[in-house]
Amino acid sequence: MSAVWRILHKDLVLELRTREAVSGLIVLVLLILLTFTFAMDPEGAGNAAPAVQWVTFVFAGLMAIQRAFLVERENGAWYGLLLCPIDRGAIFVAKMASNVIVLGLAQLVLLALLALFLGASVLAAPLAVLFVNFLGLIGFAALATLFAAISVRLRAREMMLPLLVLPLLVPLVICAVEASRIVMSGGTVASAGSWLRVLATFDVIFSVAGWMLFEQLVQE
Amino acid sequence: MAERVSGLAGGLVVHAESLGKAFGRSVVLRDLTLSVTAGEALAVFGPNGAGKSTTLRLLAGLMAPTTGELCVFGDPVAHPDVRRRIGLVAHQSFLYPDLTARENLLFYARMYGFADAEARVDAWLERVALADVAGRAVRLFSRGMEQRLSLARALLHEPDLVLLDEPWSGLDADAADWLGTMLLELRGRGRTIVVATHDFERGLAVATRVLIVHRGRVAWDAPVQADTAATLGSVYREITGAVAA
Repeated sequence: MSAVWRILHKDLVLELRTREAVSGLIVLVLLILLTFTFAMDPEGAGNAAPAVQWVTFVFAGLMAIQRAFLVERENGAWYGLLLCPIDRGAIFVAKMASNVIVLGLAQLVLLALLALFLGASVLAAPLAVLFVNFLGLIGFAALATLFAAISVRLRAREMMLPLLVLPLLVPLVICAVEASRIVMSGGTVASAGSWLRVLATFDVIFSVAGWMLFEQLVQE
Repeated sequence: MAERVSGLAGGLVVHAESLGKAFGRSVVLRDLTLSVTAGEALAVFGPNGAGKSTTLRLLAGLMAPTTGELCVFGDPVAHPDVRRRIGLVAHQSFLYPDLTARENLLFYARMYGFADAEARVDAWLERVALADVAGRAVRLFSRGMEQRLSLARALLHEPDLVLLDEPWSGLDADAADWLGTMLLELRGRGRTIVVATHDFERGLAVATRVLIVHRGRVAWDAPVQADTAATLGSVYREITGAVAA
């Protein structure tokens, strides 16, 4: 657990110092959202808000996730981490946690902008909205962190990561959009229960798989 | 520390049997067999692409061999307890450019679980003559300063097996001499050293045994003797067809 904290602390210090991931992520979120806002009919914009939210989140998030491993590429620091006498699964957990923090901040900004630009009812059931977003965030971070670790060694990594991850994210995006639609219309967590159960299962499968498979996947 | 070193004396540190490593269709190592005993200082020479760096990365546990068997300190190298006993200085420094020298060493010291991380880091910063710039970001360091800090990172946990890949590359004469002295000091303290280099003179100065690797195999393996410096060039030329550095 201390190895997870050490790596997470180092990543957060680096992010606070450079602010590369958060600032890039928020600018990208803003640009995608503005494009949707101008492209959509204002009448139906509120209904489309959950879909717009998750599409924006997934595409902006993939960029931020890549950044988490690119900081390890410079000077080969990645190999320094792999040499440390720790369970390499701890690296996955730390990277996933730092991605959850960075993406979570972006998600809060995104929700505020959705309310502002598209009139989304994010305050209709705020705790339920946050819960759905949290479940979606964990699943996305687990899957994307795992594949970012694999693709970071590839030459065409910027192209490979979306190609590898997007098809696997389809169930998560469908469930997150449907659950968000229900809770943004004032529905309860229970009424979105079936979608949330699939989301939670997705989270558990990819978090545990990432932790268990990481050692084998990072070995060259 | 003396107890730990004497406990290793004469013991087998590296046992590699018919190691092979391929990247896709490109075969880098083929049938490399090697044993290194505790306290030996091995200089590995060979032309570019001979497999020197790949051998070191395998020994460090950064790669898994495609074929063959590799044990370090009697265990598979992937084991965390084995990695704890290995230090690697590679082409890249493994340092974070946006952290300071001190923050980099502290991070690694804590990853190795040292309770006295701060004192240990300060001692190493003094030792590699970087205490004055400990608060400066590594991004602002010269190649020589970064190499010294990289050495401190690799030796911070006092590894029993020290692996160095082209450690003299990019260093000026003073820094290179300093590195040679440091390696001799490590050898004197019973550490096992494997250094891959093109620099015959500096490699021989620290080595007790010489290896020439060619086309992914050990082509020559001999202890360093009085006449080694005189004969190595012609042996190297004969094996590789290349002129020694």
